[in-house]
Amino acid sequence: MDTAIMGILNRLRHYLPAQAPLKDFIHHNTLHAFQREEFFAGLQQASQIFGYKVLLGIEEYRALYHQGKISEEALQSVVNTSDLSMEPAQVLTKMLQEDSSVQYDGRVGQLRSVWKNHYRINIDKVSHPILFRLAGNYLDQGISIWNFPLHEDGFLASIRELQAGSISALFKSSRVRKLLDDPDTSLRQLLEILVGDSKLFERYLFDQQFAHPGWSGMVAVLERNPESLLDKRRISLTDFIILELLLEIDFLDRKFGNIWPSLSQSVSESFPDLFAPVEPDESFQIRSLWQRAYEWTYYDQVLSGLQCAPTEIIAPVESDSFQALFCIDDRSCSLRRYVELQEPGVRTYGTPGFFQVEFYFQPEEGKFLTKVCPAPVQPKVVIREYNGVKKYKDDLHFSKHSQGLLGGWFISQTMGFWSAIQLLGNVFRPAASPAMVSSFQHMDRDAVLGIRQEGHSSEWEGLKLGFTEEEMANRISSLLGSIGATQHFSPLVYLIGHGASSVNNTYYAGYDCGACSGRAGSVNARVAAWMANQPSVRLILQSKGIIIPDFVQFIGGLHDTTRDEIEFYDTENLSKNNASLHQKFAQKFNQALSLNAKERSRRFNLLSTRDTAQRIHQQVKLRALSLFEPRPELNHATNAICIIGRRALSQQLFLDRRAFLNSYDPENDQDGIFLTGILKAVAPVCGGINLEYFFSRTDPHRLGAGSKLPHNVIGLLGVANGVEGDLRPGLPTQMTEVHDPIRLLVVVEQKPDFILSVLAKDSSTRQWFDNNWIHLVAIDPDSRQLYRYENGQFRVYHSKAAKPPYLKDWNQLIESTEDNIPVHLLTKMK
Amino acid sequence: MSIQVIVGSFILIPLLGFLLSLFVPERSEAVLSRIAFITSALELIGSIGFIGYWLVLGSPEINIPEFVLFKGSGYEFLVDFYFDKITAVYLLVGAFLTFLITRYSRYYLHRESGYKRFFNTILFFYLGYSLTIFSGNFETLFIGWEILGLSSFLLVAFYRERYLPVRNAVKVFTIYRIGDVGILLAMWASHHLWHENISFMKLGNYNLVHEQLQSHSAIGLFISLMILVAAAAKSAQLPFSSWLPRAMEGPTPSSAIFYGSLSVHFGVFLLLRTYPFWEHQFVVRLIIGLVGASTAIVGFTIARVQSTIKSQIAYASISQIGIMFIEIALGLHALALIHFAGNAFLRTYQLLVSPAVVSYLIRNQFYHFTGRVKTFEDYLPRRLQYSLYVLSLKEWNLDLLLNRMVFAPIKRLGKYLDFLSMRNVLFYFIPTYFFGVLLRIQEEILPIQLLEWLPEIIAILGLLMVLKSFSERNNPYLAWVLILLNHAWLALAISFNEHFDWLHIGLYLSGFFPAGILGLFCLYQLKKHAPEYFNLNQYYGLVADFPKLSFVFLLASMGLMGFPISPSFIGEDLVFSHIHSDQFLLATVNALSFVLSGIALIRIYARLFLGIHARHVHETPYKSS
Repeated sequence: MDTAIMGILNRLRHYLPAQAPLKDFIHHNTLHAFQREEFFAGLQQASQIFGYKVLLGIEEYRALYHQGKISEEALQSVVNTSDLSMEPAQVLTKMLQEDSSVQYDGRVGQLRSVWKNHYRINIDKVSHPILFRLAGNYLDQGISIWNFPLHEDGFLASIRELQAGSISALFKSSRVRKLLDDPDTSLRQLLEILVGDSKLFERYLFDQQFAHPGWSGMVAVLERNPESLLDKRRISLTDFIILELLLEIDFLDRKFGNIWPSLSQSVSESFPDLFAPVEPDESFQIRSLWQRAYEWTYYDQVLSGLQCAPTEIIAPVESDSFQALFCIDDRSCSLRRYVELQEPGVRTYGTPGFFQVEFYFQPEEGKFLTKVCPAPVQPKVVIREYNGVKKYKDDLHFSKHSQGLLGGWFISQTMGFWSAIQLLGNVFRPAASPAMVSSFQHMDRDAVLGIRQEGHSSEWEGLKLGFTEEEMANRISSLLGSIGATQHFSPLVYLIGHGASSVNNTYYAGYDCGACSGRAGSVNARVAAWMANQPSVRLILQSKGIIIPDFVQFIGGLHDTTRDEIEFYDTENLSKNNASLHQKFAQKFNQALSLNAKERSRRFNLLSTRDTAQRIHQQVKLRALSLFEPRPELNHATNAICIIGRRALSQQLFLDRRAFLNSYDPENDQDGIFLTGILKAVAPVCGGINLEYFFSRTDPHRLGAGSKLPHNVIGLLGVANGVEGDLRPGLPTQMTEVHDPIRLLVVVEQKPDFILSVLAKDSSTRQWFDNNWIHLVAIDPDSRQLYRYENGQFRVYHSKAAKPPYLKDWNQLIESTEDNIPVHLLTKMK
Repeated sequence: MSIQVIVGSFILIPLLGFLLSLFVPERSEAVLSRIAFITSALELIGSIGFIGYWLVLGSPEINIPEFVLFKGSGYEFLVDFYFDKITAVYLLVGAFLTFLITRYSRYYLHRESGYKRFFNTILFFYLGYSLTIFSGNFETLFIGWEILGLSSFLLVAFYRERYLPVRNAVKVFTIYRIGDVGILLAMWASHHLWHENISFMKLGNYNLVHEQLQSHSAIGLFISLMILVAAAAKSAQLPFSSWLPRAMEGPTPSSAIFYGSLSVHFGVFLLLRTYPFWEHQFVVRLIIGLVGASTAIVGFTIARVQSTIKSQIAYASISQIGIMFIEIALGLHALALIHFAGNAFLRTYQLLVSPAVVSYLIRNQFYHFTGRVKTFEDYLPRRLQYSLYVLSLKEWNLDLLLNRMVFAPIKRLGKYLDFLSMRNVLFYFIPTYFFGVLLRIQEEILPIQLLEWLPEIIAILGLLMVLKSFSERNNPYLAWVLILLNHAWLALAISFNEHFDWLHIGLYLSGFFPAGILGLFCLYQLKKHAPEYFNLNQYYGLVADFPKLSFVFLLASMGLMGFPISPSFIGEDLVFSHIHSDQFLLATVNALSFVLSGIALIRIYARLFLGIHARHVHETPYKSS
């Protein structure tokens, strides 16, 4: 084992993008590699070492200031508390006036520019196309018709065999062929030929791999998680780099013969350690001050609004209205508001959308298991689907026959004309087609689910089939307990998961529920509701102190966030009384959905927001089926805060879909078990979403995926621009352009000391807050006093924003602007 | 309404739409898309109406001499239109797809920076499309052909702040331009064959063509092969195929309409259009069939190993077009036309829904996965199988071949010409030029043998200028001035031919010189404001700093390459008409100069103004994107 090289490879793996293949797209912090540093320190490293643009440009901040999106008060506050060694007035001048030219030139890439400057060769132009093509063809999950001839020993072995068996050569240089043929050829050996001096190895490999971070990152991910490919492949970063080095040596051999000076012989300047400490950068510090002011301008609005919440919380009484549990997702934020407006007696809750039931789902005829719980959780149970009726339609346009000679000849002359009609149809009247992804297709509503474990012997692919009564009761009790809904049940309790529909969208997995590993939450909602309805389960719950009266029934449902539709499951089991109640409530849901669609439509192109909610809703539904709509919905764009507390804390606020809402009862959490669980999920999930949007927005070229319009699908794994480009991880600009890049603020309704004791138990969660990648503020449940978490402790904090204005006419407000709407109060306060 | 007006309006509508769209402000998405939508809707409605009317008339072939652009002694440049069933099919398919794509892009391109550029270019392309399909003679066709080339360049380089689109745009432009050599030489030779700018209508006259070809079979073969070169380049047939997948750099709808459907079928159009000319030359038919067949097979194997959806569609389409070439060679025109329409619709739709392939195939796999699917290749002997796989993976070395056959030799030649420094040009070549002019005035003092070869010698001098310009890495001034000088040398060379006409030379140079001066002015401005990036070593993306200057420079480049916005375009054709039918060398040198100077100019424009912005004052893309 060559430890020096291993060390370099491990550092590479650490810094490369960690995005999974498209089907498993899950949001994560793009700059996760720097997360052990303080936020701005980490960002500055990322910027100076890798050349990323990690904050907005100074002009952008100034523009925000002039538009009033950065407030005077917040600006003053950061100026006064800045740790720059100069007078506040001087800081202010620098922020507002002075020109500072920033160069986004990282250290990475400097060494390899020697090829161009000294050797006058464009080495990447030759090696990249063949490298990408070999990797793409090898890993391809189903685009190519003729598959890569695989060798069981993996990537490099397959290429070795291909080269040995082919008359047409992949490598021209005989030296390179010998090196390839020898399975003992090591990275070090190749680097010695190419680079020479071992001091330069690390910089060379970083330069080389970060010339195409997309492919390298994908290889590193697949090396770590080979199971994310349905069609299995073996690949390692080492193999991939060896291949690239061989391609480079081959090129140099062809160009200069077998004798050429290694890179280090041609380097005159010195190249210090890539990760040497970064130099202080005043312009970066100035921009980080702007960033703080930008963030606190908005946070203060929210915090002032939260302080308006009543301190006396009236205990809910049983009513004929209903209760509804939604996902913590920011897209549920506005829907909940409308449901509450439609049905004043309703009580809504937020909880991660897998509803505390973690399992693998296998649809009928599905060949694989689908994980439907947060990605880090490893479930032990499979739930299978039986007796379904839904079948998928095929679409000949994706048929491989059309790419053949005779098949193509026949298909183009026959179906080609059908394509014309279909295109005409879709352009003028979008309709459902096999090409689309519909959240309702995730599960067949008419099929039966095997939720209960039958006997002890039922195993499936090494996992248990279904849950036992005890396991079910545990899950339901932790679900209800964590959100503080353990008594005063209404006759109907809805569990609403969410998913999305779109067509022509390679990011479809990112639109579904993150708590269900990028799948729709329908199965989970249905399973959890079914469990809660079982008398045997309720019996066990009773012993845990949760008494659910017999007249109470749970209903699972799925909210399609793109089309704003809800589908309910197993409603045929409702009692007569509940059935008629449900009919009434379903109406309310529909009205709320239309209003929600109208609110969303203000950001949609060419829809008139002034129309009636019903008419707009119709158009919103059609949009989801339109081939030409690159923004079927705006997903998590504009997310900014996460509120953990009782609904009474936030119910009076208009938060414009910007909040993740997790219900939590501060008075009902012994030993902080529930808060621990909630924070453990919120930090990586909401924090990951927030930071991915953040960095894809600040640097769409290097951290985001750029515009999705020219994207080309590669091997069903990822996208690239055109046919020759590197894979593009990150989010496309169409998803992030309306996003305000501010960090997540988590507000917890709980005593500061209590939160500290919870954080003390979980260092990995605490790191997010300690290093300021997420902000944390506690709001006292009794006094509504604010405490800001800084440097490991809470300090009293006073919001600098005034009490938010009262919103008289939300309809008019929605129609007035496409932009983010400031926080408003929905009820008149004294 | 006279038929002249109706047919003319098919050109006029896109022209007006295009010009109008140029004056709409950048941010007015609705106005821009509406102009494009109305333009294409008018064309579509008009074409349906007109074709209906034409069918009622009994679908006659109509030749419509539109107007004379220029008339001189023994020469006229006639804009001539022609309408037959080929035009009808292309008109209908083109209008239909453009109509749908403009409507599609209206939403799809929303908020994209470059929304305006996109619609400008689409309309510009559509203008070129209409001109080409309605053209009644080679001259008119060439106008449309040139517009197609430039609009393709602009659309491939739509994401001009990135490296790969720009590099590939230059590549696509280059190959289109190589195809243009074919058209130019075919035009020149046919001019001499018929002693006029022959209309396609007359080409359909069997007796006329047959009689001419009987006595001039060599020149007939030459013309046919030149047409084939032009057709193969435009339709990505062998050996030019590798440009097509690389052209898929723009927004998906533009790739769909250009490279999926309309643009790529122009080779088919050209062959159909000129069929009467070569139908009785068996060798030509055989060659066309062979080109088609080999492309069909090679394209087929390459398509099978593509792991990216767009390149798979591109190669599948290429191989279908190969089959169309066979169909045309066999004389199955109705079939070829149906095949064209079906292929155009199918590929457009496949490209448009290509992002959906992920969810569709993953779902399909989820429900139907059976492990590795065996294909017929798995039954081939291993050595054959692997060799075929590697060959297909490397696209049969087509891209390498193009580099080696076209770019490398030019660059190598250019290196020998390093002595052509700015200083040498100013102090030796310009005086030499004036000496040449003096000689021309006093040509009686020259020995007759020298006089005979003088045009060639001078033209080759001009060509050397272009070659140097093409490979110049340092001084943009020099690269620019050399192109300008090339035109001057060519004018001088032609003037030594007997039918000398000052007016013709004047017309030839009248467009080049103003464009040349305008370009020099732009370069001067650029050097003043960005001296650190004033060379041709790499792409500098300066359009980010100087958007207006970049546009003006593009116009100047178009002028200097004899694009049909300048009178030099006619002069160009005129100059060719002065080359005698036995001066193959002169004609070839002239055509090469013309084509290479266009490439050199686009290279100057691209290197200075396009690509990754050299000032890294904002986020910069990776070079691999």
